[in-house]
Amino acid sequence: MDARRKSEVAPMKNRTTVERKSEREIVVTRTFNGPARIVFEAWTKPELFRQWWVPKSVGMSLLSCEMDVRVGGGYRLEFAHGNSQMAFFGTYKEVTPHSRLVWTNDESDGGAVSTVTFEERGGKTLLVYHELYPSKEALDANAGMENAMAETFAQLDELLVTLGASAGRS
Amino acid sequence: MVHYTQTRFDASFAALSDATRRGVLEQLGRADASITDLAEKFRMTLTGIKKHVGVLEQAGLVSTEKVGRVRTCKLGPRRLEEEGAWIERYRQLWDARFDELDNVIKELKRKEKTDGRKKKE
Repeated sequence: MDARRKSEVAPMKNRTTVERKSEREIVVTRTFNGPARIVFEAWTKPELFRQWWVPKSVGMSLLSCEMDVRVGGGYRLEFAHGNSQMAFFGTYKEVTPHSRLVWTNDESDGGAVSTVTFEERGGKTLLVYHELYPSKEALDANAGMENAMAETFAQLDELLVTLGASAGRS
Repeated sequence: MVHYTQTRFDASFAALSDATRRGVLEQLGRADASITDLAEKFRMTLTGIKKHVGVLEQAGLVSTEKVGRVRTCKLGPRRLEEEGAWIERYRQLWDARFDELDNVIKELKRKEKTDGRKKKE
């Protein structure tokens, strides 16, 4: 068994899938190599949440992160991007430890209701993140905003490809 | 920053919501076809297929040109990739986020293991 394990290559990265379920809904799924208890903890403890919510490549920094994770409790995230600042905030509507969180996004009229579920299967956790927008226009408008962030990744990817190419094969 | 007007989105998502229309796009991805070809292929009346092509044309996904008595359809100025690219960028954001989350989880698992070991000792 041990010999076999050693010869195995590093496990492949779990794939993130995104599907626009309807005009008003978008769903993101991903499996994590850990129990639901741990994934839930990383999503609900501000000191852990802030370590991953804003990827390093995005070029934004998280100034503050307050989360009162209980039904009716609020959260507030403040970001800085260059000279501008913005805040995202809302209220937790459902909190079921280790399995389900529902919260509102109240920074704009077109904010979605977000639901994340954690389903444990054999020590791994299937995470399903779902956004329901008040209208299709609201989803499209928000997609533009997320796009602005994602665009930065695309630029970074290109840069890495360029750097990789000039450094020779790695 | 990428700009898409909402109307373009609406029109193309509406256009893509129908299985026949998706089939027409697939077909045109392989080769241009006349309205008559498409009607035969999808076993529809000329009027029926014209309606579908009309919706696709409005969304900019298909363009048509009439030469003599034959109207030829081909993939339009807007390609499907544009829609795909939008979703892909959204996916990249979440993928980057979740890669970071992987690291947090790994760290928590490691800590739990060492803490558990300490308790046993």
